[in-house]
Amino acid sequence: MTVVPNMPKAWRKESKPHKFCPGCGHGLVLKALGEAIDELGIQDRVVFGCDIGCSLLAWDFFNVDTVQTHHGRTTPVMTGVKRARPDRICIAYMGDGGGYAIGSQHLVNAASRNEKITVILVNNCNYAMTGGQMAPTTLPDMKTETTPYGRNVEETGYPTQGPEMVAAITGEDAYTARGTVANLRQLKNYLKKALQNQMEERGFSFVEALSGCPTNWSTNAKDTWKFLEEMMTRFFKVGEVKTPGKELGSEGKGIAREEAGKEPAKEQVEGIAREEKKGEE
Amino acid sequence: MADKPIEGEKRVFMTGNEAVAWAALAADADIMYGYPITPQNEIMHYWTRLAPRYEKRFLQTEDEISAGFTTCGGVLSGKRAFTATAGPGNVLMQEAMSMAEMLRIPTVLVVQQRGGPSTATVIYSQQETTLTCFGGNGEGMRIVYSTSSHQDLFDYTIKAFNIAWKYRFPTFVLGDGYQAKMRESLYIYDPEGKGMAMEKTMPFLGQEGMPGVDREPAHLRNTYNTEEELYAVISKYVEEYNKLTPEVVEYQAEDTDDAEIILLAHGIVARAALAATRTLRSKGVKAGYFRPITLRPFPAEQLRQIARTAQKFVVAESAQGQLLKLVQEAIYGETVPLETYLKPGQGITGEELVDFIDSMINGKIKGKLNSKINGKGGF
Ligand SMILES: Cc1ncc(C[n+]2csc(CCOP(=O)(O)OP(=O)(O)O)c2C)c(N)n1
Ligand code: SF4
Ligand SMILES: [Mg+2]
Repeated sequence: MTVVPNMPKAWRKESKPHKFCPGCGHGLVLKALGEAIDELGIQDRVVFGCDIGCSLLAWDFFNVDTVQTHHGRTTPVMTGVKRARPDRICIAYMGDGGGYAIGSQHLVNAASRNEKITVILVNNCNYAMTGGQMAPTTLPDMKTETTPYGRNVEETGYPTQGPEMVAAITGEDAYTARGTVANLRQLKNYLKKALQNQMEERGFSFVEALSGCPTNWSTNAKDTWKFLEEMMTRFFKVGEVKTPGKELGSEGKGIAREEAGKEPAKEQVEGIAREEKKGEE
Repeated sequence: MADKPIEGEKRVFMTGNEAVAWAALAADADIMYGYPITPQNEIMHYWTRLAPRYEKRFLQTEDEISAGFTTCGGVLSGKRAFTATAGPGNVLMQEAMSMAEMLRIPTVLVVQQRGGPSTATVIYSQQETTLTCFGGNGEGMRIVYSTSSHQDLFDYTIKAFNIAWKYRFPTFVLGDGYQAKMRESLYIYDPEGKGMAMEKTMPFLGQEGMPGVDREPAHLRNTYNTEEELYAVISKYVEEYNKLTPEVVEYQAEDTDDAEIILLAHGIVARAALAATRTLRSKGVKAGYFRPITLRPFPAEQLRQIARTAQKFVVAESAQGQLLKLVQEAIYGETVPLETYLKPGQGITGEELVDFIDSMINGKIKGKLNSKINGKGGF
């Protein structure tokens, strides 16, 4: 018996194998998303927008109508589509730099306006496509190209708590959650709920996915998972933050500050070697 | 469904911003995205009052970056979507317009110029000429109509939607604060009533049918991996742009055939230039008038013909030489001397231009004219 890798139906065979680095979390997030699209039966209604960042490599990833936009601008492009075509299911797919830095005003305001779109943000603690600079999500003391001695929280603040922030500024019809590629079933479940929230025309939905970037972390497979599961989750609490009608898990809000002071975290974050670099975009 | 916004043709007295909103309605625009900035605000104000009556939409965005990109999204969905801005907002809008150039998104942007650089004045200038023609990190492959009256604002806003959708290049209506805020008489009309069919729209994203089964999915990208790949794409765009140029260029000219001095201006300054030309003619000066209506593409061939017979070009604009650069590029190699009347951020009247040419003729300023020209004496 030959083993056929079970590709989601919404995936585009012709563009596989995909263009992400081996071991990259993006492919896993898109697997969960593909399955969510399949299970909801919305492939013919989805409009997918990808940002600039490694997410741009998904421009021909699915058999769904797709537009690659500019860095940070996927949220307004999808907002524009949704406002003009409310019958479409609009998904904005971006990195943490795209969503929390250059496009943060769009994220904040789309959330405040309760735009009926779904934003999926891949948190890999760095600007991956440009070769591993500090992102708003870089962990305290973590070394990146622009924080070669480790991220100094005195100078550059604490990792952005995205889903918590979005929960704080949205009304009760919003959905926000943080999943991880370490638990794909749960991530798919969050993505489905986020899409359903849009399909039911309730409100804004937002899912952050914790994701590995072995290339810029310079980690082998084992260390990638270790960093993802042990380090990132200390600063980013996995779970649903808000489901329509209900605010959950407010204890996540101050987590980054509490964790930053703890010594073992510092050691492990500093321990990430960085040698190889990726190209520019 | 509500009745048509305008039945037949009507004579009205209104501001330019109001005229733009009516034009967008008459053109059957579906949605406007916008962010407040003077002097374009009333386009949004009229649109938000009128649009719901005709099942049309509006979104106030968080900034002009977003207004530009949401407009791109609306157009990609197959809708006649537009936005309007000015000054610093036009600066922010250029990022989205460069994506529109790359993805060939037929956006329509109405610019009501204000003073610059920076925040400057909210009133008037022609300092957004270069920005509107060439903003973004590309080649300026866009269509820019420079209006000089309220009638123009109405006519060219309708036309902008048609030209944008016909050729799929981002299209701009370049007005200014005077045109935006003043009241003037004009005719507003239903374009269909005049036999002008609106260019059909179509969705680039979100078509019917299962992608990959019933049809190919749309995969639109603006990123390329190799120089060759990009060069091939841009070369094709350049070729298409060059091809549309003779079909799209528009200009206005008067008394150019035997003219010795040509007054050259665009936008509202062209009104002063035309008035000055007529006064000068009545005084026996062989003056002529040329106004590019499209700044992109520029009516270069037409201007070059005139450059071959005229003895002097006088370029007048409310900017420090932005139209001038377009003129110089257009007539490069011709030997007609160029004189300039440049007032960045300030209006120009016909009387000023007449006085200026009077002093030129009398040799009071550099660039003394050929003695053949009559009309010495103060007027
Ligand atoms: C306006 C603009 N500024 C900067 C860049 C360069 N740039 C490309 S990708 C990127 C960072 C991407 O980081 P992120 O959004 O976290 O995505 P990732 O690659 O990590 O998935 C930057 C800064 C750009 N393309 N456009
Ligand atoms: S650089 Fe990092 S985020 Fe980008 S494809 Fe490679 S592993 Fe994935
Ligand atoms: Mg990132």
